[in-house]
Amino acid sequence: MEGGAVSANVLFDIPGPRARARNRLLGVAGSLLVAAILGYVIYRFYETGQFDGQKWSILEYKNPQQRLVDGFIATLKAAGVAAVLAVALGALLAAGRLSDHRVFRAPSFVFVELFRAIPLLLLMFAFYYGAPALGFRTTPFMAVVLGLMLYNGAVLAELFRAGVDSVPRGQSEAAYALGMGKTQVMVSVLLPQAIRAMLPAIISQLVVLLKDTALGFLVTYEELLDAVKDLSGAQEFAFPLIPLALVGGGIYVATCMLLSWFANWLEKRLGRTKKTSAPMLHADPGAAMGQGGTV
Amino acid sequence: MTDFLPTLTDNWDLFLDSFWQTILLFVVSGVISLLAGTLLAAFRVSPVPALRAFGTGYVGLLRNTPLTLVFFFVVFGFPYLEINLSFFAFAIVALSSYTAAFVCEAVRSGFNTVPAGQAEAARAIGLTFSQTLNLVILPQAVRAVVPPLSSIMIALAKNTTIAAGFSVAEAASIRANLSELGYPVVSGLIWVVIGFLIIVLPLSWGQRNLERRWKVAR
Repeated sequence: MEGGAVSANVLFDIPGPRARARNRLLGVAGSLLVAAILGYVIYRFYETGQFDGQKWSILEYKNPQQRLVDGFIATLKAAGVAAVLAVALGALLAAGRLSDHRVFRAPSFVFVELFRAIPLLLLMFAFYYGAPALGFRTTPFMAVVLGLMLYNGAVLAELFRAGVDSVPRGQSEAAYALGMGKTQVMVSVLLPQAIRAMLPAIISQLVVLLKDTALGFLVTYEELLDAVKDLSGAQEFAFPLIPLALVGGGIYVATCMLLSWFANWLEKRLGRTKKTSAPMLHADPGAAMGQGGTV
Repeated sequence: MTDFLPTLTDNWDLFLDSFWQTILLFVVSGVISLLAGTLLAAFRVSPVPALRAFGTGYVGLLRNTPLTLVFFFVVFGFPYLEINLSFFAFAIVALSSYTAAFVCEAVRSGFNTVPAGQAEAARAIGLTFSQTLNLVILPQAVRAVVPPLSSIMIALAKNTTIAAGFSVAEAASIRANLSELGYPVVSGLIWVVIGFLIIVLPLSWGQRNLERRWKVAR
């Protein structure tokens, strides 16, 4: 953060004895509140036997392990295929939106607006339940991938466009002055700079895409969450739903954090070299991109 | 496609009831997540380490978990913990605990966009704490916080559809009900999509308008 942000100690004078006592009281009260919440959660877990070895021992067996790994691979597969397709679609739509010709601009605009506004789950429903009624045979995998592709393609298109727009106008003006053509300006001047600026934000969006593969659970795609649900019915392990859900959640959190960490690392690294004149689009979803489906 | 219009007109009650559930889910969990998210943001900047750690942990955990998994944990897991509520209440819990993490981050990073010099200058000319906050910091912070917050709320409106997968009779569940009644799936889905477009598009246009106006004013 350049120049530093507002921190508490600029806002008021150094607290005197009474203010210090009050702050300490608030601190203690707050900590007690947090301790009470955590304590209640642990108590509920303990009370209902979630810490019993029997429930957790399902993780020691080979078949359940294999099922979880298969589920995770299915998740990664859907995310990988959808990511490639979404980036391609996004590039196409962004090219359309940046075009000088209305014939390309208008339909790309409508497409992007439409698919960003439709809930992703409904897109998956459309491919899973709707398409067969129209005579197209679709698998759950196809429904998940196509839904993710359309939604994220539309979101990425806006991101790409913002990236190209963020390159200062002088860059393209200078390139035109040198006698370059439209395509040449885009390919050799604007894009190389824009991509550097966009990369962290793109990776953030791909993290969202990875998380959204879990929606596949609702259209019977056999991914990680489906494996968790499947295994949690095991009576011989006293229905280990809570332990398995925690493990499944841990896998998602670890994967997403790894990707987010990579995005942050990239942002720092790309920020170091002065090879782009475009301001960096942050990896942090809340900060820079007001638009988009980063939630 | 001759059944297209009757699919809607024969089932007015179903559509209205379901979309009413959607709007109810959206408004209730929107309000709860705004309050909880702001509290969490306060935790994250507080001088008490325990509160900061809790805030950081909560946000890191919830933001990196798919909402479907949060729903799964709440709807199927809570009964195992002997916490039994209605499906609607479960959906509220899942949606607001997930969204609160994003609200927290938007509020926090919005406040961080106000340069420290602003507060220092305000203090230097003798403004009190509340004057500094009300006249200098908050007016600037709000401009940075509201646009991302409205994006989060728009996403929440779309995320309510997941509740349909967990036994709440909201708009995305219309499809299942209609196909039970023998109406064509595709027409039903198209009407539901149109319903969502009516809710989401004005919100996102309003949001963009707000963002553009405030960016100029900054």
